[in-house]
Amino acid sequence: MLRPPKSQQVAVYGFAVLAVAIALAPFAWMVISSVASPADLLKRPLHWIPDHASLSRYRAVASGSSDAAQTFGAAFVNSLVVAAVSVVISLAAGIFGAYAFARLRFRFRRSIMLLFLVTYMLPPISILIPLYLIEARLQLLDTRAGLVLVYVSFITPFVLWVMGNYFQSIPEDLEDAGRIDGLSRVGVLFRIVLPLSVPGLLSTALLGFLLAWDEFLYALIFTDTDASKTIPVAIAEFTGRHAVDFGMIATGGVLASIPPVIIALLFQRYIVGGLTAGALKG
Amino acid sequence: MVVRTVSVSRSRLAERLSNRFDRLRRAPGSLALVLLLPSLVLVFGVVLYPLVRTLLTSLHDVNSAMPGAYPFVGAHNYLELVKDAEFRSSLLRTAYFTFVTTAFELTFGILLGVLLNANFHGRAVVRAVVIIPWAVPTVVSGALWRWIFNGNYGALNAALTQTHLIGQYKQWLGTPWLALHMIMVEDVWKFTPFVALFVLAGLQTIPDELHEAGMVDGAGTVRRFFAITLPLLAPVILVTAVLRTIDGFRLFDIIYVMTRGGPASGTETAAFYTYVRAFSDQSFGLGSALAITLTAVILVVTVVYMRAIRVSEVD
Repeated sequence: MLRPPKSQQVAVYGFAVLAVAIALAPFAWMVISSVASPADLLKRPLHWIPDHASLSRYRAVASGSSDAAQTFGAAFVNSLVVAAVSVVISLAAGIFGAYAFARLRFRFRRSIMLLFLVTYMLPPISILIPLYLIEARLQLLDTRAGLVLVYVSFITPFVLWVMGNYFQSIPEDLEDAGRIDGLSRVGVLFRIVLPLSVPGLLSTALLGFLLAWDEFLYALIFTDTDASKTIPVAIAEFTGRHAVDFGMIATGGVLASIPPVIIALLFQRYIVGGLTAGALKG
Repeated sequence: MVVRTVSVSRSRLAERLSNRFDRLRRAPGSLALVLLLPSLVLVFGVVLYPLVRTLLTSLHDVNSAMPGAYPFVGAHNYLELVKDAEFRSSLLRTAYFTFVTTAFELTFGILLGVLLNANFHGRAVVRAVVIIPWAVPTVVSGALWRWIFNGNYGALNAALTQTHLIGQYKQWLGTPWLALHMIMVEDVWKFTPFVALFVLAGLQTIPDELHEAGMVDGAGTVRRFFAITLPLLAPVILVTAVLRTIDGFRLFDIIYVMTRGGPASGTETAAFYTYVRAFSDQSFGLGSALAITLTAVILVVTVVYMRAIRVSEVD
């Protein structure tokens, strides 16, 4: 490779520093706000480094010593459970369908695929009202199960899409060999295809988790108490009620960001792989 | 092709299996149905009935959540929408928001993607860090930026006055037009990394030889970007544009957290307006008509894009 000229290298480093600063500064401010004392946050002129910093708000959430702290703690657990269970169910169901899309030629294959894609694009608000009434009748409102039911409906199409593309990238010869050795279609799927698909499964699971973790509108309408409220709802409610107590909002925000940020940092390659599966093949 | 060499019994078994396999290949419909059944149940079981229900509700004058017989009014709710100035302006606002943010996110995202693909020290760290805005949950980033934009204590005011760029604190979310654009800033901050990730993945499929050939031909960096990189990225860019546009037309959560549609409905998106009419006003008939209209708009926009993608692939 030819070396780029010096001026260009300076531009690259300048741009890199700028990008990092813009990406990081607001997030850093949230972390700082979560440990700053309330007086620090309301100071004019504002001090960027707080005079009094402590982890007291995090301790409050851990011990549930105030109403808000208790809600954030419960909401964190709810989000975790709902997202994890939704992903497991969606994967368990979607893997078979994805395999069918990738390997079988059948009537209406394209139409069914398109239909799944359409459900994925639907604005949630278009099914929200009847769903609310159904869940009310089934007594699923304000339960984690009620949320899982809905989340599975938008994570499963995603599994079909990403895993379908992933399965297509596995050489079919391997499967034919397995079939000759006496494996059934489903046997081939479990013994040959899935072990080769671990990276794809991982990226699908992680992205599905992020989708569920981020969901807001359904959770806002369907949940009511600490029994099922997810962390985006808890934060939005608290923001609406105590707009100036940003220290506590920031604490909830940092907690809510920990799982997705860790996932994004540690598994970036899988995330990008999952996101762009299919998009790059057109 | 698979070579069959093992014992006779084994090969006979294999033959029998492969016959069965061929039968399934010829009529795989039933197997496909079995495999697809769990997904069909989980997705359409939850989506289909409510969607039909919403469609039906939009044709009735439903004004309470109680089940009951409500008068059939045909297209009346839809005609109301056509006359509804607030709906029209919310739709226009949504289109404006979506178009402008998508344009900025694509521009910055492509630049950022190119940067992340360049060779420099510390690239791994930069790649990791710039993904953070996208990873932060939407509601959290809404709450965070609302605080940054706060008119009395916000960090933006503090930063701008301390650097003497503005004389006194400003109410960033205090007037409709300004508030709308501040929310757009938040949206661009959050989703530029998303675009950049796609662009980076697309760039990694472009062989180095193309750029080297361009260099040999004497094309400079800028020239090569427009002549080689951009055309090859076109499919990726279009797909990202579709995804961002769909999201734009569904935009609800950020608005809810940052402004609740205010001030003076100045930041009310179509999805947010639908929510207000249905849930705050309990006008479920009208709200359903709104939801169906919004869905139709998204479908039309997506189909137009899909056509464009197909055209770009043919070229």
